[in-house]
Amino acid sequence: MTELKLELKEKIIEQLNLEDVSADDIADQDPLFGEGLGLDSIDALELIVMLDKDYGIKLADPKEGRKIFESVETMAAYITANRSA
Amino acid sequence: MTQELFIASHCHISNNMVSLNGTTVHEQKGTDFVSFAKSAYKKFDIDYSKFFKMDNLSKLAFLAADLLLKDDNIKEKQNIALVFSNRAASLDTDRRHQESISKNDSYFPSPAVFVYTLPNICMGEISIKHKLHSENAFFIFEKFNAQYLHTYTESLILEKKAEKVLCGWTELDGEKYKAFLYVVGKSGIFTHSTHQITRLYQNK
Repeated sequence: MTELKLELKEKIIEQLNLEDVSADDIADQDPLFGEGLGLDSIDALELIVMLDKDYGIKLADPKEGRKIFESVETMAAYITANRSA
Repeated sequence: MTQELFIASHCHISNNMVSLNGTTVHEQKGTDFVSFAKSAYKKFDIDYSKFFKMDNLSKLAFLAADLLLKDDNIKEKQNIALVFSNRAASLDTDRRHQESISKNDSYFPSPAVFVYTLPNICMGEISIKHKLHSENAFFIFEKFNAQYLHTYTESLILEKKAEKVLCGWTELDGEKYKAFLYVVGKSGIFTHSTHQITRLYQNK
């Protein structure tokens, strides 16, 4: 799980083009949206594509993303429970 | 109805160089556009993290516009219309999107790329950053069209649709790019004429 969290942080930084942010700057429980990393709605869609492309998880309802993408920790837990890739 | 208008300031970006009113203000040779744009962002001390999420056409237009709009002489930001033009529209980003959907077994279009598959998105980025609620238009021409830009700009100001107009050319296709933006208003350095626009466009 720790390895997956680090992997997710690195993917988020690279795929969402977060400038001057390192994996160390993101705590596992930090909120990804709003006051946390300040991600926006397009970033949310990118995360949905990332789940599909890298972990074989298709979100049928984008509203599910609200809970899944709360933090790196919630993402890692969801991926661990549902991954097929 | 007749009123003489002027070009108040102008900015060029091409070949890894930025010039403002004819003076080179930034240069970084030997790097690609993305690295060059990042160096210009840092040099001009711009604080807008969304810059790094933009496509390259938007970065190019954003940098040129930011330099001009930061100018102390420009106060009436709410009334500055945007009138941009180019030849390739958003072709550079269109290609990136097309690549991502070209293989059936690897069909993963990126939403962050797709949203930039229109050239006028760059004006949205500029409007958000500078809180502009003004008229905007993006025209596609075979080549730089000073006559059209002149007529359209004069019309906007003389019909009181805008106090000033930030206008010009923002073209990017791969590593070939050129931005030439200028501000037109009721005062300035050069008379707003097709001749002057063409002359400034050709000067670097």
